[in-house]
Amino acid sequence: MSALTFTLKTQPVQRVDMSPLVCQTLQGLSIADIAAQELQSGKRKFRVDELFTIDGSDAQNIVIKNSIEKLDFIGKELDGGTITVEGDAGAYLGMSMKKGEIKVSGNAGLYAACEMKNGYLEVSGNVGDFLGAALPGNKMGMKGGIILVKGNAGQRVGDHLRRGLILIEGNAGDYCGSRMTAGTIAVMGNTGRYLGYAMRRGTLLLWNAPQLSASFNDCGAHTLAFLPILFNSFKALNSKFADGSVGFNRVQRYAGDMAEIGQGEVLVKLN
Amino acid sequence: MIINGVTIDETFAEAFPMKATRAIITAQNAKWAMIAAQTMTGFATSVIACGCEAGIERVLSPDETPDGRAGVSVLIFAMGGKGLAKQLETRAGQCVLTAPTTALFAGIDSDIKIPLGKNLRYFGDGFQIAKKISGKRYWRIPVMDGEFLTEATTGQVNAVGGGNFLVLARSQPQALAACEAAIEAMRKMPNVIMPFPGGVVRSGSKVGSKYKTLNASTNDAFCPTLKGATKTDLSPNIESVMEIVIDGLTKEDIDNAMRVGIQAVCDLGAAEGIERISAGNYGGKLGPFHFHLQEIMA
Repeated sequence: MSALTFTLKTQPVQRVDMSPLVCQTLQGLSIADIAAQELQSGKRKFRVDELFTIDGSDAQNIVIKNSIEKLDFIGKELDGGTITVEGDAGAYLGMSMKKGEIKVSGNAGLYAACEMKNGYLEVSGNVGDFLGAALPGNKMGMKGGIILVKGNAGQRVGDHLRRGLILIEGNAGDYCGSRMTAGTIAVMGNTGRYLGYAMRRGTLLLWNAPQLSASFNDCGAHTLAFLPILFNSFKALNSKFADGSVGFNRVQRYAGDMAEIGQGEVLVKLN
Repeated sequence: MIINGVTIDETFAEAFPMKATRAIITAQNAKWAMIAAQTMTGFATSVIACGCEAGIERVLSPDETPDGRAGVSVLIFAMGGKGLAKQLETRAGQCVLTAPTTALFAGIDSDIKIPLGKNLRYFGDGFQIAKKISGKRYWRIPVMDGEFLTEATTGQVNAVGGGNFLVLARSQPQALAACEAAIEAMRKMPNVIMPFPGGVVRSGSKVGSKYKTLNASTNDAFCPTLKGATKTDLSPNIESVMEIVIDGLTKEDIDNAMRVGIQAVCDLGAAEGIERISAGNYGGKLGPFHFHLQEIMA
């Protein structure tokens, strides 16, 4: 069976809600049924075949071709299977996904993997603000799974992060790890201002020295036993993180945010 | 059956179902991993009074351990899951948490999980940190030498305890030398431990006693000094008997360990004073696992 492929054939004027096109809802449907599904775009509804040409039949393996940044909610609440996006993805990519895998060859917009529960999400380009964050007003962001960003991430990465792993090969914007309650964010590039703002627990793992707020206290240089195990778990990834030479176990440890309960940590690689 | 002049008795060892787990201890170097493992498996020769039977399974090279450091794997056996969990937690807390530079990991996977560091984390007094890596939960507990890293749980499996054989020799030094040879060979086998001191027990027991408060007492039929005073199993030329007890994860593991152990004893043979190999049982009525010596050595 070949992958169920949606090729965008027109440029929608308004943003499109792609949430109906996930593996679990399309499983068992005929091409005609899938074509008749409706996608909300602004105040209008389009049939799927008005926007996309449809090929293939394997609903557990969805490919979206010619994708643009107006396609929102791709892989929303995905519960198994894979979605491959060729091009850019809009906002709320992989929102609340429970299981499965999403890969994007281009960039992704705001709130990618927000409130993600489990699974794997990979973006080859850059992502917007609020990666793996909680939706506005909510208290719990990403709760599990792995996010890999090969480019840069915007502001508020992992806002209210509860559990899971966010890996960023490039830079992260301001307020990275803000208000996180647990979990791990690793940034190979640089980080912006207000790193770990109001974080309660969790780990920010950095390759480059950050600009830290006064509410983070230096705990000294340490060799930590869990780091080799963590780096070892990256080996299966298609990423710089999988390279054995990027790992380390010697870090400068900062505790914070002391303006909160102060049980979070910023670990900075020591050469 | 006679092998190299050693008579293999037509009898069997009788063993019992137990619950078991494996833990992996690592440390800065092999010396400290071994110290922690020896401490954790100390006072664990028999469930009769120790609460569990435990021993060192083998030394692990750095490429075999989760954190890439030198390590030791230990096996712990108990009569029930509850007792096993209690013993594991107590020993992990008092013997591994306390040992410098160590880390503690699960050594066996199973659907049934028992706490390894899950409750030890409270020693961290709120400063402990959980990390879930590749589906496994770890606890980082701040301690005075840095951080104690431990996996939250390990697996509990069904196992077999009480496999055994007796070495009957013409003198005490010859019995001991034969047992030492057997233990050296058996320690190379996976999934088994020989929980008694150095792997050898000189005070094999029988069920019951003339004293009402005791449920086990000396195995007088195999005591050489009682040859003329009790219903003995020993011929006049046997002066010393020693036993090797084996706990294993499966019956096959014990079969294999007994085979290499008995073979090592037989390799010394009658020329080195070994007369017979026998085994301890209770008439086959108590334990469901029977290890027939002649079948094992066939």
